[in-house]
Amino acid sequence: VQNANSCAPAIQVLLVEDNPGDVRLTREAFQDAKVHLKMHVAVDGVEAMEFLFQQGRFADSPRPDLILLDLNLPRKDGREVLKEIKQHPSLKSIPVVILTTSASDVDIEGSYLLHANCYISKPVDLEGFLTVVRSIDEFWLSVVRLPAGERHGPRIGSNSAR
Amino acid sequence: MGPELVRILLVEDNAGDVRLTQEAFKDAKVHLDLYVASDGVEAMDFLYRRGSYAESPRPDLILLDLNLPRKDGREVLTEIKTDPSLKTIPVVILTTSGSDADIERSYQLNANCYVSKPVDLEQFLSVVRSIDDFWLSAVRFPKEKRA
Repeated sequence: VQNANSCAPAIQVLLVEDNPGDVRLTREAFQDAKVHLKMHVAVDGVEAMEFLFQQGRFADSPRPDLILLDLNLPRKDGREVLKEIKQHPSLKSIPVVILTTSASDVDIEGSYLLHANCYISKPVDLEGFLTVVRSIDEFWLSVVRLPAGERHGPRIGSNSAR
Repeated sequence: MGPELVRILLVEDNAGDVRLTQEAFKDAKVHLDLYVASDGVEAMDFLYRRGSYAESPRPDLILLDLNLPRKDGREVLTEIKTDPSLKTIPVVILTTSGSDADIERSYQLNANCYVSKPVDLEQFLSVVRSIDDFWLSAVRFPKEKRA
């Protein structure tokens, strides 16, 4: 399995997270990933949208296969980012996993209403956090079929031709 | 982390796959009830509590096959994800199709995730267990809210 995966193109993961500690822990947890993945980081909602639309310094960014999105972010809130992604015809098929410290029913319900693909509360303790990130690896990156995307096509304003 | 008793609606017309799914869920780490609808019409009756499903509970999670008799899984998915009272229920597509068109289309219709059924028995069981491990252990579900 290891060999088969190492030949496959890397799975591109975009982590939208303003807490450097959580970014580092996520990176560490993904280091043992069963699949070949490349993690990109956007530290707020504005950067996340720039990455997705390949603007500014993100001109060469790849289309992510999976987005891990915090809800409480500077400049542009995670809820707004989620809404923009899920209303955009060429972005909406990218799975968005909400990964947040919030466990409020309002946030959970609100995220699913905006078509978040799933909602995970970040455990406060370190081991719990690492376990959760590994479970994302084991399920989303190993079992789930992700959309093939339009890796080489223009992204802005383009409607999916599929 | 999720609700204490998890209710799963499996929408599947293949009796063998239903039985294998039931078996795989037997070892689940959480307490779960598995309900089965064998076609798309039955699935919608279950969700809207029509006819013999008047007493059905609201599922916490739906496992949906795409190719179903009477009403197609894509139609079921569209109806769920456009109904304000149903759309928050996570829908896992579980199908033999591995076509890029079906994968893309399902995500466009707001499927929560797409899983291809392996043909091999052991792999099938392991995929169902991975759904159990992830959705029933790590994920937060919306609170029950009846229409």
